[in-house]
Amino acid sequence: MHKAAIIFKHSNRWKLSWLFVAIAILCLFFADLRINTYDPTAEFSRMLSGLLHPSLMSVSDPIDAFLQTVAFAILGVALGCISGFFLALLFRFKLLRICCALLRSVHELFWALIFLQIFGLHPITGLLALAIPYAATFAKVFAEIIEEGDHRAYNTIRNHTDFVSAFFYAQLPDLWNHFLTYTSYRLECGLRSSAVLGFVGLPTLGYYLNTAFLEGEYSEVWALLILFYILIASIRYWVRPKLLPIYLITAPFIISNDSLITFENIGRFFTHDIIPSPLRQNEPIVSLWHWFSELFINEALPGIFNTLVLSQLALVLTGVVALLWFPLISKLFFKGFGRASGNSFLIIMRSTPEYILAFILLILWGPSMLPAIIALTLHNAAIIAHLMGRYSNNLKLRQDASRGISLYLFEMLPRIYGQFLAFLFYRWEIIIRETAILGILGIATLGFYIDSAIADIRFDKAMVLIAITALLNVAVDILARYIRNRLRLKTTAECA
Amino acid sequence: MFNLKSASVNYEGKVILQDINLHINAGEILALVGHSGSGKSSLLKLLYDKQKLDSALIPQEYGLVQNLSVFHNVFMGQLGQNSVWYNLLNLIKPLSEPVSKVKNKLQQLQLEEKIFEPVAKLSGGQQQRTAIARALFHDGKILLADEPISSLDETQSQQVMSLLCHQFETIVFSLHDVDLALKYCDRIIGLDHGKIVINAPAKDLNRAELLKLYA
Repeated sequence: MHKAAIIFKHSNRWKLSWLFVAIAILCLFFADLRINTYDPTAEFSRMLSGLLHPSLMSVSDPIDAFLQTVAFAILGVALGCISGFFLALLFRFKLLRICCALLRSVHELFWALIFLQIFGLHPITGLLALAIPYAATFAKVFAEIIEEGDHRAYNTIRNHTDFVSAFFYAQLPDLWNHFLTYTSYRLECGLRSSAVLGFVGLPTLGYYLNTAFLEGEYSEVWALLILFYILIASIRYWVRPKLLPIYLITAPFIISNDSLITFENIGRFFTHDIIPSPLRQNEPIVSLWHWFSELFINEALPGIFNTLVLSQLALVLTGVVALLWFPLISKLFFKGFGRASGNSFLIIMRSTPEYILAFILLILWGPSMLPAIIALTLHNAAIIAHLMGRYSNNLKLRQDASRGISLYLFEMLPRIYGQFLAFLFYRWEIIIRETAILGILGIATLGFYIDSAIADIRFDKAMVLIAITALLNVAVDILARYIRNRLRLKTTAECA
Repeated sequence: MFNLKSASVNYEGKVILQDINLHINAGEILALVGHSGSGKSSLLKLLYDKQKLDSALIPQEYGLVQNLSVFHNVFMGQLGQNSVWYNLLNLIKPLSEPVSKVKNKLQQLQLEEKIFEPVAKLSGGQQQRTAIARALFHDGKILLADEPISSLDETQSQQVMSLLCHQFETIVFSLHDVDLALKYCDRIIGLDHGKIVINAPAKDLNRAELLKLYA
């Protein structure tokens, strides 16, 4: 170590960053980045002219669209939050942690596709699709918050009292605000998820957006999107502790409809639909192996490959764009109007679900990896840039620090790079999960094969593919955590 | 060089400095003495604001970038004099010319073996010497130094004081050590509750008089 300091060596963070860039460049050779549409500019100008005249005239019931979106989000997040809280208290059991990791790794939209088969359009479909992955995420984050809290008071009284009293007296009061902050952040995510669920048929915003998009009614698309931004930007005004009970009581009435759950459907799903077809037809066990290997080689492998290629490109591009964007909201680089407009730009980018961004870009450019990569980048880079900008505003610089680009390169970047990598690797798993989902739009990632299997009424195949997608997510999550630990990067729960 | 006339500083409703009258000529070496909270750091900040371009600064909390090497932190002293491309190049791969220049400064502070060590891995005293090297690397004629030797031992303190007094023409130190203040400075400014209570040549003062400020 004495000698080593005389020769300049790049840090591990530096080497790792370039390794990821190199892999992304390699991925470029395997990525389909063509623009397939005949005239993207004409479509784009039609979109823009829609923005100039937003209108709700031909949307059948815009108020109901928003009520449904909000009601599903509030109920789903509340259910997830409460069950997640109790799961968090039991998080020391390894089996529970593994279960939560698997539940978390399946995207809301896949859950919705599964439950649509079981419960049809009954509201419980949307509710469970939100509540299950959210509960697993809440459990993990709440457990982390408890873990990192101050245990001294708890340890002092634990011997004299039961676990529940000790927890409620000695831990919860200090952690309450952390729980609250995270829950309100998740409600914002819940609104986005709830809106997107409409794309697979639930009566939320996405349903109306889907229709408007497909009919080319861009004035409606913009009207709905603008209202959605206002809804998200005004969360802190309409989500009040005192109003929550009212919301929770009325929401079930809003989402209820007259579709019925039939036990015949549920039974058929578990005893027939998801049983691999060779087993269903009493074929020998060898044919089950053939069935699986064919599925694995022809659908899962190409799906995994495309998912990894696309997400690697999106991850690296997200990093680059986030590093360019975060000064937009940093007090050290912009002031007044500049910073305010930078801030609203980032808010719009991160409030638009990547699914909707990808949908828009897909209309412009046609099906290839390009729209998916750009959509994932815009959304995730805006989130990371927002978190980094806020982090950079808390940095204390010396009075004689340099300015402009030198300030960025020498003072900012080295100070926040560790935090930046931590955020980015935290988002990695999320980017993979979203990449798989974007397959539903026709890009050949895992979601594409899952969606096709469901369209062909081959749920046995779909379930295997969903399980493979979940395992891929868990694997990436483990790798990301290994890298974060190796580089000793610390994150806050907020970017989950 | 510096000329303050009944200057005051308020921060969050509290008076930090009041009615400061201070004239500093080029070539003078001053020491600010007084107990913690008497306004030494605030006075230094005020002075720095008056002469930003020519002054090198050693802030009390060093202002180092923990993840960068000692070389890069010292090199920051001259960022303003180079083109952006040159700075960027040196950030990615240190060039031999600035490395030898920085090494030269580090040798005077017995820190050359740590040149490519990240600052985060250094001890408190080594970090302080890095901040001193950054100021030495700055080509200004004025130095404003806030407790520059607080983490150094007796011998190192003496070395650093004479090194700094040798390189810079005009210096304002903030110091706790009244002996060093009397030894190296031409004039002593005593501060108490944000006011100047002593302003006299060092040769007219003695240890006992200055220690009263800390009573």
